Amino acid sequence: MPETIVILDATAIQRALTRIAHEIAERNEHSAEIALVGIPVGGDHLAARLAKILAGIWNHPVPVGVLDTTMHRDDLDQRAAPEVHPTDITFDVTGKTIVLVDDVLFSGRTTRAAMDALNDFGRPKKIQLAVLIDRGHRELPIKADFVGKNVPTALDEKISLLLTESGAAQDEAILKKK
Amino acid sequence: MSWHRKHLLDIESLTANEIVTVLDTARSFKAVGKRAIKKVPALRGKTVVNLFVEPSTRTRTSFELAATRLSADLVNFSTETSSFKKGETLKDTARNLEALNADFIIIRHSASGAPHFLSRVLDAHVINAGDGAHEHPTQALLDTFTIREKKGKVAGLNVTILGDILYSRVARSDIWALTKLGAKVTLCGPSTLVPKTFEQMGCRVTYDVDEAIRDADIINLLRIQHERQRKTMFPSIGEYTTLFGLNKARLAKTKPDALIMHPGPINRGVEIDSEIADSERSVILEQVTNGLAVRMAVLFLVNGGKAPAEATEN
Repeated sequence: MPETIVILDATAIQRALTRIAHEIAERNEHSAEIALVGIPVGGDHLAARLAKILAGIWNHPVPVGVLDTTMHRDDLDQRAAPEVHPTDITFDVTGKTIVLVDDVLFSGRTTRAAMDALNDFGRPKKIQLAVLIDRGHRELPIKADFVGKNVPTALDEKISLLLTESGAAQDEAILKKK
Repeated sequence: MSWHRKHLLDIESLTANEIVTVLDTARSFKAVGKRAIKKVPALRGKTVVNLFVEPSTRTRTSFELAATRLSADLVNFSTETSSFKKGETLKDTARNLEALNADFIIIRHSASGAPHFLSRVLDAHVINAGDGAHEHPTQALLDTFTIREKKGKVAGLNVTILGDILYSRVARSDIWALTKLGAKVTLCGPSTLVPKTFEQMGCRVTYDVDEAIRDADIINLLRIQHERQRKTMFPSIGEYTTLFGLNKARLAKTKPDALIMHPGPINRGVEIDSEIADSERSVILEQVTNGLAVRMAVLFLVNGGKAPAEATEN
């Protein structure tokens, strides 16, 4: 029976998102240039929540989109084809500051694929990265601009984020030990 | 989501879940076609060979574009320009292509089972683009995709396939795909071309066109395949059109929201009135658009699939 630890509960997730939203607002003076793009599964819901908090801070709506990265992955022939999610970006990314939002930052390969995928939609002025959890073990020179919580992990451990948007009873980030 | 197959050889051996996986994946690839940049790097560095040992424009072009949009390199290989004319066997041709490090072989052949044979002798991924009168799996997948997109579901729908069933690989693949997803399939056409044995595949056979199309949600028309018929199966084209062709009078008796499909090429004025083919009831051109998305999805999915033996090792 693998041991599981709750690393973030619902309140901690909410608090982390509020702090990230304020950091995004602090870092970016021109709020009209900001758009959030979430990476499914998980990051899309977090992006929507962040957009809501930012809209409250800035008093105007913040564009939010969903970007599927599976077609841009570099490990497609090394495993069964991953589930492809719909991409939904209805605004022009060119000239905008795009904040990519993901649930867990691990190898950095998803982020690389996301930056590659984003290029197909235009040329953002800047790309920043916000993640709820940074678990280390980077395989690429990628670093998050905004981090909810740093969690040192072993390679064989697994982190899952459960959100009410995806049908969970309550928000929770869980670490499963082998 | 479930897909672990290395090849796409037929629909008969697929589960309903696998069919739905292709359709769901195709939906995302259809969206890629609407972007300014219509290309994704999923198959970058892979080589796709179109091995068409029987003429085709639509399917070959569709696979060609699908491979290109996935960033694969592509070689087109057709009988007119190949060593087939010099007597080389299929196996030798395919092994030569593989010696050039082809990763995918898309094959169309007049012999049923040719793709299955290749899948046993080659390491490459094999995709069946039509084998004899056996199967045409990607056509069935794009038909099913179009039906699901237009009607929101497949289960419970009445689908009538009208025309030359006996010689049609499209009909066979369609019957498998539609019945697996819970549609009710009716076959209709001249009795010589629609033998009762098709009932064993789980569909209904009737020779009364008006009855066959009256309750249909989908009317899928098939071309008379003169090239496959060994002898005349019905008296004349004129008589076929009179008895089975879809004309305005017949269309008036169908459900007002029944969709008209056709895998192409259309013989205008034979199985379908020209006006109906161009009417808003017809989704014939959308089938072509969807075919591209479905073929991208198939290439994408088999790329991640492994042969059964390899899959169990992992």
